[in-house]
Amino acid sequence: MATLEIHDLHVSVEAENGPREILKGVDLTVKQGETHAIMGPNGSGKSTLAYSLAGHPKYTITGGTVTLDGEDVLEMSVDERARAGVFLAMQYPVEVPGVSVSNFLRTSATAVRGEAPKLRTWVKEVKEAMARLQMDPAFAERNVNEGFSGGEKKRHEILQLELLKPKIAILDETDSGLDVDALRIVSEGVNRVRETGEVGTLLITHYTRILRYIKPDFVHVFANGRVVESGGAELADKLENEGYEAYVKGGVTA
Amino acid sequence: MADNTPAGSTTDGAIQVGGPRQPIDARVSAPASFDVADFPVPHGREEEWRFTPLARLRGLHDGTAVADGAGVKVEVEAPEGVTVETVGRDDARLGRSGKPVDRVAAQAYSSFEKASVVSIPKDTVLSEPVRISVRGEGGVAFGHQVVEIGAFAEAVVVIDHTGDATLAANVEYLVGDGAKLTVVSVQDWDDTAVHAAQHTALVGRDASFKSVIVTFGGDLVRLHPRVVYGAPGGEAELYGLYFTDNGQHQEHRLFVDHDTPHCRSNVVYKGALQGKDAHAVWIGDVLIRAAAEGTDTYELNRNLVLTDGARVDSVPNLEIETGEIVGAGHASATGRFDDEQLFYLMARGIPEQEARRLVVRGFFAELVQQIGIPELEERLIAKIEAELEAAVA
Repeated sequence: MATLEIHDLHVSVEAENGPREILKGVDLTVKQGETHAIMGPNGSGKSTLAYSLAGHPKYTITGGTVTLDGEDVLEMSVDERARAGVFLAMQYPVEVPGVSVSNFLRTSATAVRGEAPKLRTWVKEVKEAMARLQMDPAFAERNVNEGFSGGEKKRHEILQLELLKPKIAILDETDSGLDVDALRIVSEGVNRVRETGEVGTLLITHYTRILRYIKPDFVHVFANGRVVESGGAELADKLENEGYEAYVKGGVTA
Repeated sequence: MADNTPAGSTTDGAIQVGGPRQPIDARVSAPASFDVADFPVPHGREEEWRFTPLARLRGLHDGTAVADGAGVKVEVEAPEGVTVETVGRDDARLGRSGKPVDRVAAQAYSSFEKASVVSIPKDTVLSEPVRISVRGEGGVAFGHQVVEIGAFAEAVVVIDHTGDATLAANVEYLVGDGAKLTVVSVQDWDDTAVHAAQHTALVGRDASFKSVIVTFGGDLVRLHPRVVYGAPGGEAELYGLYFTDNGQHQEHRLFVDHDTPHCRSNVVYKGALQGKDAHAVWIGDVLIRAAAEGTDTYELNRNLVLTDGARVDSVPNLEIETGEIVGAGHASATGRFDDEQLFYLMARGIPEQEARRLVVRGFFAELVQQIGIPELEERLIAKIEAELEAAVA
């Protein structure tokens, strides 16, 4: 069973006046089949955790370890992490002009699966996955994220999640900017992947509303660069009622 | 993309409206002329020469380059109905599109011995392109090519430059009323070639001229694609793409002279640069003269800098002498390779080199899609793929 283990992770970014530490000792274990919600106020370091796990060059790991089934994730390049089974659904997916969605998906699936998917089954696979996310087939011929609405971008991220079948899925504020319909469609997509039992999910969010659609097994409160409280789904209800105030008092929220 | 302009690049441009000033064409150091003697030998500080490494022109600019008979071999393959002639200097069809605008073009005009004239008769619609192969054979040559297309005819002409040569040339396109001419000029030279040329199109009434300039090779390539309008209603689309590698100098200096009412022009040039001392220059001059009411023009240059050590100079200039126009605009942007795009693709398992190729291919594909000739698109994409295989590694 795949397990992602994060131990005492410290991460800093280059700021104007030297490096600034954002993550200050994160401990977290995510197993295949589990869903962990990471909730926290703005500036608490949630997204930094997501991007650090994916290997974004902007973040410098200054201490700690991250392993996937015992393999050192921090030693891997960005693409190696993805091929090892780490998937990051981004909050702000970037445009790639001139590269069609269909070309991008196929190139990506080829890389992750280690061989080019058979054309006939692939076309069907993509078509069906798009239909489940209520995406127009014409979408496949558009350039990656170019002119996509917020909802289209997120559906496109979840489409990739469904096609690439990672071991660990990190969803960075996938709910942000979505109306209720889009949120439901995107959540259903995430749930389909979860129901396979093959993926460990790290759901990063500021709000509790996505948790009405995606039921977490564990909820972690993130504040000032570390996990400050962990519990079950009931912790989300507490946050819904009381907010983050109790956690940020005296803490630093940029 | 403009907010991460690499150090050392210029993207300064200008829009001037009304008022007395030097028109674009008068900024140059000498008026256009067929005679090389009318141009002083450039020293490198002149406006039209300031980006060009004169020492690498192998004497094309100072009269020391002399044709040696082993310069280039030109072969024309034309479908039925097209006339291909080799003519002497006194042929009446030569020089009709206008005069050479710099010393090298004038040197070519003063030095060529025979010219090639390709004529597509009026009302002829070609289903196959005319193919002109210019094969460099290592020597020095001065060339002159005329492509004349009669009224309401339609044709595609593809000019391929390969091999090694030191070549200065003038190419004239005479586009008859209502005719449609598409010209593709591919500079696929060996990395040792030097090529300086002026391409001038004279666009007739309601005629369409489409130019696609593709520059991959050469040590130094300096082209002047120019458009003048003979009558109202003409339309010019000028597309270009270049891939400038290590040590290459590739310069495209466009000029669209709107001196006639109700004409249109659209310019889109895109370039990628990679490697030490790769230098691309793009000058986009558009002049809308007082008489050219109803003009509609737009020009765009985009550059993608893939590595450190490359340099782009991109200078759009638009001069407007009448307010009675439909539209006029320009844009220029030079950016580094976008690391966020790279991260996004790599985060989907795509290895770095492949991700880079995908982004560069996408950058050019946008332009290739606009050209709108499917057969040509395939060929250009294949060409870009080959260049990427060799270069982005």
